[in-house]
Amino acid sequence: MQYLLLIYDDEKKFGALSEAEQGRVFGEYMEFTREIVKSGNHRGGEALQPVAAATCVRHKNGKTLTTDGPYAETKEQLGGYYLVEARDLDEAVAIAGRIPSVRLGGTIEVRPIMPTPQP
Amino acid sequence: MNLHEREVEDLYRRDYGRILATLIRLVGDFDAAEDGLQDAFATALVRWRADGMPQNPSSWIISTARHKAIDRLRRRTWLERRRDEIERHLRALQTADEGPVAEDRLRLAFTCCHPTLALETRVALTLRTLCGLTTEEIARAFLLPVPTLAQRLVRAKAKIRDAGIPYRVPPDDVLPERLDAVMAVVYLVFNEGYSASFGDRIVREDLCGEAIRLGRMLVELMPARREPRGLLALMLLHDARRATRVDEAGRLLTLEQQDRTRWDRGRIAEGAALVEDVLRGGPPSAYAVQAAIAALHCLAPAAADTDWRQIAGLYEVLLRIEPSPVVELNRAAAVAMADGVERGLELIDRLDGRPELARYHLLPAARADLLRRAGRRAEAAQAYRCALELVTNQAERRYLEARLAEVATDVCG
Repeated sequence: MQYLLLIYDDEKKFGALSEAEQGRVFGEYMEFTREIVKSGNHRGGEALQPVAAATCVRHKNGKTLTTDGPYAETKEQLGGYYLVEARDLDEAVAIAGRIPSVRLGGTIEVRPIMPTPQP
Repeated sequence: MNLHEREVEDLYRRDYGRILATLIRLVGDFDAAEDGLQDAFATALVRWRADGMPQNPSSWIISTARHKAIDRLRRRTWLERRRDEIERHLRALQTADEGPVAEDRLRLAFTCCHPTLALETRVALTLRTLCGLTTEEIARAFLLPVPTLAQRLVRAKAKIRDAGIPYRVPPDDVLPERLDAVMAVVYLVFNEGYSASFGDRIVREDLCGEAIRLGRMLVELMPARREPRGLLALMLLHDARRATRVDEAGRLLTLEQQDRTRWDRGRIAEGAALVEDVLRGGPPSAYAVQAAIAALHCLAPAAADTDWRQIAGLYEVLLRIEPSPVVELNRAAAVAMADGVERGLELIDRLDGRPELARYHLLPAARADLLRRAGRRAEAAQAYRCALELVTNQAERRYLEARLAEVATDVCG
C-alpha cells in the first residue's frame, strides 16, 4: 500500500535554529531518506519552499483567481512530503515516526493513497 | 422458539467474536467477513430447521461464512477492479486452514483498539465484533441513536480497510503501548457498566460482564504479560460489590454503608489471588495498585477493620506511577481515615486551585465529608452545597443532598 507522509512543522521555529543546528537537521533528513531508499520503502519525497513562496488558485465568479500565500494560515505549515510503499499502516506509521521533524515538535499526517482501478 | 433457533442464538451469543476473529484471518477482509458471517447465521436458521443440526455447528458456520465472504470479495473485485481487492481475493482463496486459532481473538482485539481509531469507535467496534453485542444493544447502553452508532461502525471498518490497519498481534517493540490501548477500552466498557445510573440497567450489567470476559481473554491469551491480570483483578473486585452500590431508592451507598454480606465472595477471592500474583512478579501497573487497594477494602470484614494506612501507602505508590490530582484526593481521604481528619483536610486544602479539579465535585464532597466527621457542620454544609453545584450523576446528587440534610438540620439558617 502507498502512503503520503505530509510533514507539518513551525517554519518560524526552524528559522530560529542556529546554522549549525539547521545543518544537523538536513543531515538527519539525508540519512533518513537513504535508509528508506535502502529498505525499499521510498517512492518519492521533497522538501517544499516556505509558505511565503506559495500561491493559491481558485475560481471566483467564473474567473480564475490567484492569491498570495498558503491554503490556510496555520501554526504549523506543510514543509515537505514522502511517498512510501508500506506493508500496512503500522509500517507507514513507524517510518513516519522516524522523520526528523517529529523530534523537533512537528506532526506527520499519514494519508493512504486511493488505489486506482485496473484498466 | 423451537430448539434449533435457540441453539443458533446460543451459538451466536457465545461464539460470535471467536468465529468472526477467525474468519477475518481466513478471508483477509473485515467487512466481507462480517457480512459473510451474518449471512451464514441467517442460512443456518433455514437449513438446520430442514436438515437438522450439523455435527460441528461452529465449523459449519465458519465454512459457510467463508464461502459467502469470498463471493462478496469476488463481486467487489469484479465491480471495482482494484489491485488491492484482487490481491485480497486471491489470498482468501489460498488460505487453506479453516480451524479457529486462539490468537484470532487477540488479533481482533488489537485491530479494534488500534490507536488510529477514536476511543469511542474502538469501544463500539470491540463490543460489536468481539462481544457480539448488537448495534441496538450498544446504542442503548451508551444512550446513542442507533443510526449514529451504525454509521460509526461503518466508518470504522472503512478506515481499517482504506488505511491498511493490519490484522495481527503487534510486534514486541510496540506491544506494551498497544496492549495499554486495548486495556483502556476494556476498562472503559467496565466503567460504563459499573458507574452509570441512567440507561438500561440490564444492558449496563452486561457491559461489566463483557468487560470481565475480555479481561479473562487477555489474561488467557497473553500469559507472559502481567498487566492484564491487574486489570482483571480490579474489575472482579469492583464487580463483587456492584449489587450493593445503590439502594432501592437509587441512592449511592458508600463503602461504609454497603451490606458486606451481599458482596460476591467468589469474585473477591479470585481478584485477591490475582493481586497477590501480580504484586509478586515485580513493579506493579496502575491497575494492579488500584486492585490492591480494592482488595484491602473487599477483604475487611467490616468498614471499621479497613487497613487505611496500607491503603494510603498504596495511593502513594500509585502517585509515583500515575500522578494525578484525583489520586492525590483519594490519598488525602485515606490519610484522613488513618491519621485523622485534620491531616486529611491539610492535604485536601493543598489541592485547592488545581485547574484539573476546578469542576470536580468530589473535591468539595471529600472536604465536606471530613468536616462532617469532625463535627464542623456549618462548614460541611457549605462544602456539600459546593459539591451539589458541580455534580452531574443523579445517584451521587441524591447522596450529597441526603448528607446536606443531615448536617444542615441543627444549624440555624
